[in-house]
Amino acid sequence: MLRFALLFLLLCAAAGLRAAPQVEDSIAQRVQACTGCHGAQGRAASDGYQPRIAGKPAGYLYHQLLNFRDGRRQYLPMVRLIDPLSDAYLQEMAAYFASLDLPYPPPQAATAPAEALKRGEALALRGDSTRQIPACVQCHGPALTGLAPAIPGLLGLPRDYLNAQLGAWQTGNRRAQSPDCMAQIAKSLSADDVASLSQWLAAQPLPANTKAVNVLPAPLPMPCGGVEVLR
Amino acid sequence: MKRALWVILVMVLLLGASVVVLNLRDEDPLTEAQVSITPELVARGEYLARAGNCMGCHTARGGEPYAGGRGIETPFGTVYSSNLTPDAATGLGNWTPALFWRALHNGRSLDGRLLYPAFPYTNYTLVKREDADALYAYLRSLKPVSQANRAHGLSFPFNTQPALAVWRALYFSPSRPTDDTAKSPEWNRGAYLVQGLGHCNACHGSRNALGATGGALDLGGGLIPMQNWYAPSLSDPHEAAVAEWSPQQIAELLKNGVTSQASVLGPMAEVVGGSTQHLSDTDLRAMSAYLKALPPTRSERGRQPVADSMVLDRGTKLYTQHCADCHGDQGEGVAGIYPALAGNRAVTMASPANLVRVVLEGGFAPSTAGNPRPYGMPPFATVLSAADTSAVLSYVRSAWGNQGAAVPEIEVNRYR
Repeated sequence: MLRFALLFLLLCAAAGLRAAPQVEDSIAQRVQACTGCHGAQGRAASDGYQPRIAGKPAGYLYHQLLNFRDGRRQYLPMVRLIDPLSDAYLQEMAAYFASLDLPYPPPQAATAPAEALKRGEALALRGDSTRQIPACVQCHGPALTGLAPAIPGLLGLPRDYLNAQLGAWQTGNRRAQSPDCMAQIAKSLSADDVASLSQWLAAQPLPANTKAVNVLPAPLPMPCGGVEVLR
Repeated sequence: MKRALWVILVMVLLLGASVVVLNLRDEDPLTEAQVSITPELVARGEYLARAGNCMGCHTARGGEPYAGGRGIETPFGTVYSSNLTPDAATGLGNWTPALFWRALHNGRSLDGRLLYPAFPYTNYTLVKREDADALYAYLRSLKPVSQANRAHGLSFPFNTQPALAVWRALYFSPSRPTDDTAKSPEWNRGAYLVQGLGHCNACHGSRNALGATGGALDLGGGLIPMQNWYAPSLSDPHEAAVAEWSPQQIAELLKNGVTSQASVLGPMAEVVGGSTQHLSDTDLRAMSAYLKALPPTRSERGRQPVADSMVLDRGTKLYTQHCADCHGDQGEGVAGIYPALAGNRAVTMASPANLVRVVLEGGFAPSTAGNPRPYGMPPFATVLSAADTSAVLSYVRSAWGNQGAAVPEIEVNRYR
């Protein structure tokens, strides 16, 4: 009898707890609007489209929020969502997601032939000096984990997302602050280059240390607007 | 036969003449009363520009403030806002106070051209000359930006001056503010701001097929053209009438964008962020006094159609899964953070447009001094199908004593 009474009380307590939403005053709670698409804690998996934002450099994330708001990137759902927010709040959101250190999902299995993957690897690691295309690693870090605070890592992102971004840069739909180095590079890539790069990049496992580096072995190969702003 | 032709010709001429005469009503001669531009005048102009949210339309996304170029989409095509900075070649550099006053009061440009009423001179006609001069002084104080105005993208015949002249003859008459001595000075100040610079009826009033509002006094609610947000009636107790609110609550919503029981989203978040949060407490209280005293226009509501039980069951499950964590099992919400859905007029009012938009797009209240870090609602467009959205909204509108009509799938598709 006592057991039943206890069970009954516990059930009542549980119902009571459920009825009143528990809202903690935290930035995580405030940015639930972001994690709806970018995954819990911003750690979107590599099998979808929406990119992971957790652990990307703070300056990069903040710049992207400004780029959406100011019309340099076009994705209406993002633009509408962040439009009424102040710079200070956007910066706080960026810093929060940048601070998250979470495990990455396994890479996507490549579907392209070995030849294309070789081409992707060559472009990413060595570039193509005959066409003045720098290697991805020259700016995005030797392990492609990014350069703090303004250049993002390129691993752990969905292939579709990488394709769409490089394509948007080629057509001018995605822009960054001037001089827009990435636009210049994307425009010198062929459609096959883009496909090979996204296939190779999306298939790479993350290194043991996934953090963005703070210094590069050599200076940037070209001037980059967003990067200079932060220095 | 010949006689009939003559009669028609004379009638056409008379109509034409009356259109011209109607378009030139209440125009002051363009003689210049000297306006001495003092820092105080500039500061007052800056404040009034906030009250009118001039910057909101006259700034392109990512563009220089007040340099124009933002496209205002209308059912007749896109109207591009103009450059208000004092650049001589592309902005207001060659304008005089009298010309600026004529633009606000009579809706005509520097060269006498008729302006499109996307620029709400149907409201600004009520702005006092001294306030027009202050606005002029402020705009003159801005950094000149050389940015040529973009040609409007309007379809024929709306892109012609004669069409505009006919529209104006039908729907625009210049007017001046009159003090209602039977009402308090506070009410009169509120009326001046709401009807004039605030141009609240541009969204909160209905529009006819030619885009004309029912006048600055009509705040009976309307679907905002092209945006598919419904600006609720400010006089209907079933919608957003505030007669029962305290003046402090109304002022708080306009200042902070949120109160313990309401928050603003969508186009109103833009208004609070760009305009009302910057207004003085005195002016916000005046607007509150005016809005509180609006004569009620109660819409008749019979029994509302409720969705069938299968739809409601689906809605209940979806609600528990996606909504209850924040809005509560009983739709009770969390005061000042997540709005209650039970007993919320924004949930039960006739138009489901805003509910569809909010569920699919999510949203934040604006960052304001009083609420700098608002909590957000996630977008569910990638999670909920039209049928899901219909089910969950139909459930929310009929649960916990709510008496709103079911939202059929076709309505979801209409507003998404």
